Amino acid sequence: MAGTNTIYALSTPPGTSGVAVIRLTGPQCGTVLSALTNKPSLPPRQAVLTRLIHPETKNMLDSALALSFPAPSSFTGEDMLELHTHGGRAVVAAVLGAIADTGCCRMAEAGEFTRRAFDNGKIDLTGSEALADLIHAETEFQRRQAMVNLQGGLREQIEGWRQDLIRIMAYCDATLDFSDEELPDTLESDLAGQMDRLIQEMEALLNTHPQAERMRDGIDLAILGAPNAGKSSLLNALTGRAAAITSDIAGTTRDIVETHLDIAGYPFILADTAGLRGETEDRIEREGIKRAETRAKAAQIRLIVLDSTTLPHIEPEIEKWLDEDAIIVLNKSDLATPDYARPHIRISTQTGEGLDALKNVLKEKAEQIAGTAETPTLNRHRQVETLRLTMAELETAKTAPAAELMAESIRHALAQLGRMTGHVDVESLLDVIFSDFCIGK
Amino acid sequence: METHDFDVIIIGGGHAGCEAAAASARMGAHTALVTHRLDTLGAMSCNPAIGGLGKGHLVREIDALDGIMGRIIDQAGIQFRMLNASKGPAVRGPRAQADRKLYKQAMQAELKATENLTLIEGAVEDVTLDDAGHLSAVVLADGRIIKTGRAVLTTGTFLRGIIHRGEERIPAGRVGEAPSIGLAETLERLDFPLGRLKTGTPARLNGQTIDWSRTEEQPGDTPPIPFSFLNTEITVPQIPCHITRTDETAHKIIQENIYRSAVYSGQIEGQGPRYCPSIEDKIVRFADKTSHQIFLEPEGLDVDTVYPNGISTSLPAEVQDAFIPTIPGLEQVEIEEYGYAIEYDFCDPRDLKRTMESPRLPGLYLAGQINGTTGYEEAAAQGLMAGLNAANAALHGDDAEALTLDRADAYIGVMIDDLITRGAPEPYRMFTSRAEYRLQLRADNADQRLTPLGLRWGCIGPRRQYVWAAKEQAIATARDLTNTRVTTPNALEKQGIHINKDGVKRTAFSLLGYKEITWDTLCRIWPELADIPAEISALIEADALYHGYMPRQESDIASYRKDAGLKLSKDLNYQDIGSLSNEVRTLLSQHKPESIGDAARLPGMTPAAVIALLRYIKQPQDRNAAA
Repeated sequence: MAGTNTIYALSTPPGTSGVAVIRLTGPQCGTVLSALTNKPSLPPRQAVLTRLIHPETKNMLDSALALSFPAPSSFTGEDMLELHTHGGRAVVAAVLGAIADTGCCRMAEAGEFTRRAFDNGKIDLTGSEALADLIHAETEFQRRQAMVNLQGGLREQIEGWRQDLIRIMAYCDATLDFSDEELPDTLESDLAGQMDRLIQEMEALLNTHPQAERMRDGIDLAILGAPNAGKSSLLNALTGRAAAITSDIAGTTRDIVETHLDIAGYPFILADTAGLRGETEDRIEREGIKRAETRAKAAQIRLIVLDSTTLPHIEPEIEKWLDEDAIIVLNKSDLATPDYARPHIRISTQTGEGLDALKNVLKEKAEQIAGTAETPTLNRHRQVETLRLTMAELETAKTAPAAELMAESIRHALAQLGRMTGHVDVESLLDVIFSDFCIGK
Repeated sequence: METHDFDVIIIGGGHAGCEAAAASARMGAHTALVTHRLDTLGAMSCNPAIGGLGKGHLVREIDALDGIMGRIIDQAGIQFRMLNASKGPAVRGPRAQADRKLYKQAMQAELKATENLTLIEGAVEDVTLDDAGHLSAVVLADGRIIKTGRAVLTTGTFLRGIIHRGEERIPAGRVGEAPSIGLAETLERLDFPLGRLKTGTPARLNGQTIDWSRTEEQPGDTPPIPFSFLNTEITVPQIPCHITRTDETAHKIIQENIYRSAVYSGQIEGQGPRYCPSIEDKIVRFADKTSHQIFLEPEGLDVDTVYPNGISTSLPAEVQDAFIPTIPGLEQVEIEEYGYAIEYDFCDPRDLKRTMESPRLPGLYLAGQINGTTGYEEAAAQGLMAGLNAANAALHGDDAEALTLDRADAYIGVMIDDLITRGAPEPYRMFTSRAEYRLQLRADNADQRLTPLGLRWGCIGPRRQYVWAAKEQAIATARDLTNTRVTTPNALEKQGIHINKDGVKRTAFSLLGYKEITWDTLCRIWPELADIPAEISALIEADALYHGYMPRQESDIASYRKDAGLKLSKDLNYQDIGSLSNEVRTLLSQHKPESIGDAARLPGMTPAAVIALLRYIKQPQDRNAAA
């Protein structure tokens, strides 16, 4: 595979910023430069203002600074290219996408730039205690992030694919390693069909994934509270528009209402949920409550709305969400100001009181999350690319002229998927083979 | 320095021991092989066959390093089959049914004729150490002491072996032979980590009493293809095998008596191999299968004994008497010996160095089933590597280069790496799926991969040097021809061959990558190619088939080797390394990986920990460079 030696990554921290820096290292830097700028080369180590264009669509992506660091005088010791783009998420995503579309490089693995610098003898690690901590944070995070940032259904889906692929590969290997045994006749003929099904599922996820909106650009924030505590009113007050239908009829919000919101440069996905209460005869409302709870569990931030006029009474369904991590707001401060023991913010969605204080708290939370996390944009980009590579390997596998070549391509596909969820090794293949077939004379 | 009686002593005369003895002697070390009984040298204690999928690769690799197993089976094989012949060359595995007696005779003749090798009959009871804790001698049961600095221990299942057959328990290595208890105690005293495994064997049948008409004949290949790269033909007469199968009558008898099986009554604690289950295991685990196939394998040309491959069992004799005659063809069969399960000690191979030497007892090397493997081929391959390294160290001192193969060199390298990094939770057997670089590690190119390395190591004898030099030349000529003969799509069309008319010139080699283009097609276009021997053109065709996959595989190998090249000292104190979690520290302290690559493959390692290790090992080098 050409170009696996050139890698790229967004090097600046997450969040909307003035400038974002995308770095590339490896022999194909020149190819990417000319594909994106039409310039064959740049003067070494000099910032050059240039337009970035998509190599295929020729759309202009951004006006950016480009710097070239020819080997060996660069951080990694290889040819490097830096693109300083504007810091908008859309811009960064578009430029990363365009680099991927040149087809001659791939996303960097965790810590890979540092690894290359290390391999090429460019880093004197003795004097740089801080570097280890930095790398540690980065890789530890990415390891966790692979699991954490893939929410609920998506994670299950990818893990399911991985299991399916392990099984497909095991069956393929079984035909090779145990051809003398009595294996089912349909074993081989079935495999291409099974891979086709996986490819279709992956395609569907890439194209129409219903959670894409949720995945794309924001910190997941769930608004929880008893019916009629004013959750939807809060959502509308924060967004400044009527995103959710409000009324004083308890249980107005049945399903989850989602809104994107930019608070101090951080994107949020606000999820307004059905009010939580124990007793309801309404089946639709019950389903709404179930969804609210599921969503609350997956959320990165939980915002609990309590009704000042009904305190100190709190429904047990609400009480269980009140922990240290929750942000608690006491709504309707214009009507009542009861005492309350836990840390809280008094607000009124009617008068606007306390909304700025709430936004400040949200900003602090966002900083905490973003400070330890890769941006969801980059994250998604990595996942999309990984899925595309997995699909490409499966396409190759499907039409492979021989079983051992099919197995080879499935092995690569599994390695790709493994980047998202973990890894596979030969023992898990043998486990499948030995549990599914009666092997052994 | 104290004088030694021998440079290297091989303890045990099974497949590991024979190969180790031959390898050590071939390296030029003054070698002795000590075994209980010289007349059992080269005995096949389980099924009478060599090779198979993955295993056939091992035999070819042993042969490529001028080992003996391939040449011996070529003198003893009575039915040769290339398994997976319909599949690609990377996964084809040569296999041969052996005449036990011919195999043993050929092995004994080979070893007796081996220069530098002395065969000694005796039971090794113990070893002695010098003041530095290094091996200094082996002690025999009759009191003889043989002084040596290097020994290879290949005692197979003889370590506290217990045979189980129903309720019976017989301490033994094989039926009729005493187990070595003294040696096991010695290893325990030296704190070797011992574990317990089990394996099984079926009853042996009298072929005269089998009704062959009720079985299906399975002929061998014609002509048979030899294992050894030195041989061009097989002269042993060839006979077929036969296949029969169990039915539900047999299953019912086994099911009713399952509680009497040593495995199911809880008498056996050792873990058995999943790929070689007993018949009672198959019936319990795959209850929906109403029939299991049995290969009736002849044990020799002029003996009547038949090995019914597929019904190994630890059921009592009377249950074997009851179910075996329900099998078609075996209605009147006479059972010569009943099947049994055997439990035995093994030493956890994670304890070993890559040279197969034990760090607990410098000078002692372990090879074969004692390391938790199963199979003659796996044993022989380890014996080869242990013998080469013991001899090399004996001749060139402790600082001699370690002669090792890695996962990209050979199946032998895959096996030893697996054993050292993962151990043997069940008896270890080779499979092609264990080899990540399977496309490149073919049985047919083992000599191309390993003989040049063997030449450098000094383990290739004069005959193979001569044969290899000629073959290497022939391959180079063929490669050169196929890479320099060039044509265009238009020219091809005139020959009736249609490929994409893009005007791009293609070499003969790249044309072979097209499904519809064979070597014969090329010979029509370039008649000079017809002079290339079929043996060589088959290799070129195989190369062409996988050519498109090679750049990727080569880049994977490069990164694997880079990681493996970053060595971690065995003395490394993982407590000294900052930013490792306690779990990772414990993991690393337990396994003491040899390189960053080994560490990264340990189950439970994190990328962060790998980078912390990298950083740590780089530090002292920097300091040294500065000093």
